[in-house]
Amino acid sequence: MATTIKELMSEIRTRVKEATTTEVKARTQSGEPLVLIDVREPDEVDQGHLPGATHIPRGFLELRIEALAPDRATPIVAYCAAGNRSLLAAEGLQRLGYKNVVSMSGGFNRWRDEGNPVVVPRRLSEADRRRYSRHLMIPEVAEAGQIKLLQAKVLLVGAGGLGCPAAYYLAAAGVGTLGVLDFDKVDESNLQRQILHTMDRVGTSKTESARRTLLGLNPGINVIPIEARLTSANVESIFQDYEIIVDGSDNFPTRYLVNDACVLLKKPNVHGSVYRFEGQVTVFHPPAGPCYRCLYPEPPPAELAPSCADAGVLGVLPGVVGLLEAVETVKLILGAGESLVGRLLHYDALKAEFRTLRLRRDPKCRYCGDGVRFPGFVDYEMFCANPASVAH
Amino acid sequence: MPVTVRIPTPLRPLSHGRDSVQLAGATARQVLESLERECPGMSSRICDERGELRRFVNLFLNEEDVRQLNGLDSPVVDGDILSIVPAIAGGAPGFDRALLGTRD
Repeated sequence: MATTIKELMSEIRTRVKEATTTEVKARTQSGEPLVLIDVREPDEVDQGHLPGATHIPRGFLELRIEALAPDRATPIVAYCAAGNRSLLAAEGLQRLGYKNVVSMSGGFNRWRDEGNPVVVPRRLSEADRRRYSRHLMIPEVAEAGQIKLLQAKVLLVGAGGLGCPAAYYLAAAGVGTLGVLDFDKVDESNLQRQILHTMDRVGTSKTESARRTLLGLNPGINVIPIEARLTSANVESIFQDYEIIVDGSDNFPTRYLVNDACVLLKKPNVHGSVYRFEGQVTVFHPPAGPCYRCLYPEPPPAELAPSCADAGVLGVLPGVVGLLEAVETVKLILGAGESLVGRLLHYDALKAEFRTLRLRRDPKCRYCGDGVRFPGFVDYEMFCANPASVAH
Repeated sequence: MPVTVRIPTPLRPLSHGRDSVQLAGATARQVLESLERECPGMSSRICDERGELRRFVNLFLNEEDVRQLNGLDSPVVDGDILSIVPAIAGGAPGFDRALLGTRD
């Protein structure tokens, strides 16, 4: 005589224990080394799962359980959507010799409806899979890395010679939130190197111009224009919303503010600077490496700069250096490779030479030294009464 | 083989445009003294009145900051490279003036 599913389930219930959602919740909070297995199909799990659950679809459960829990005494809770598939799953595990298995009655649906915590896994959309397909092919990035990039928040200080190329590639790479800080307007003389801006935007704000170009390239990211000059009064509140600060400024007062705020807020400061044919790149992130003040405790005094003559730069050079800053930023987000923390990369364009110099933290540094109290921000005097720009 | 001193762009007006100069000396300080003879005006840009490195200039012996070694008294040998690395703000106005100085 054929057995109905109802009869089968009743029969299994005599041999397999069930636990209520309340009991499972208590066990997950007790610190017990519990293995929580979600046996649903992938599209169901995408809608949300229990915190800490491992996903093994029921069809693969017996094949994969040993890798997850080789010890047959391991306490295991299986759950599905409503508590039926997990009952069958638990029975399968018992057949393999697992002695301590229960099925959660009511399943994920009851767990969620009772208002218990649910984790919704972040997955790339089909459009994102197409856009970032070349990232997905690299093991160091892959889906998990691309999700990190999309969740990252990076602030570019300056939308000039360094900030433009850095922002352009960070936007292309899918860095999800890009803050762009600059107070200046686009000038025709910027266009030799500041590639986010265009001729028809001369006279408009650099941050707005940057936003338009970046969203034109990648409408899937969030660009936050911050039209402001960085000061001791606003630096902390602006920086606190970001995880990584990319310094593309071109003047000492801003560089020291960026450094000091990054030290205070413990954020990595991706540093680039250019002069004519020479560029420097490093990442300041004490205590793993030095801060800017370990290298240069104070800016050159203003009286050594009596006149205001713009220093020239080969237009392509900030492109190279800004992109090196972008590479370091992406590496920090992914946690990949060795960052430039503790090393200064020096580029000589005329010689076509890269050299690295070792940078060490000064344990007596007034800002990042051992046990020092943050001495406060300093608004250094601008060298020039009418500085051309916050950025190159 | 003498010591090579790498001259950063902002100081090249004092080295007649040369990006490096070959000099003799047994310590970093002696090499800088030779540099001053070769390129008058250079040492006051790099060192203060007491003869110590200015705070906005770093000097590297090969890959290492001389402050991590014996400072200007660090011994040098033939074939070493001394790199003068000033703080570079970027293309901001006044930057090269700051290093070149016009106090005299």
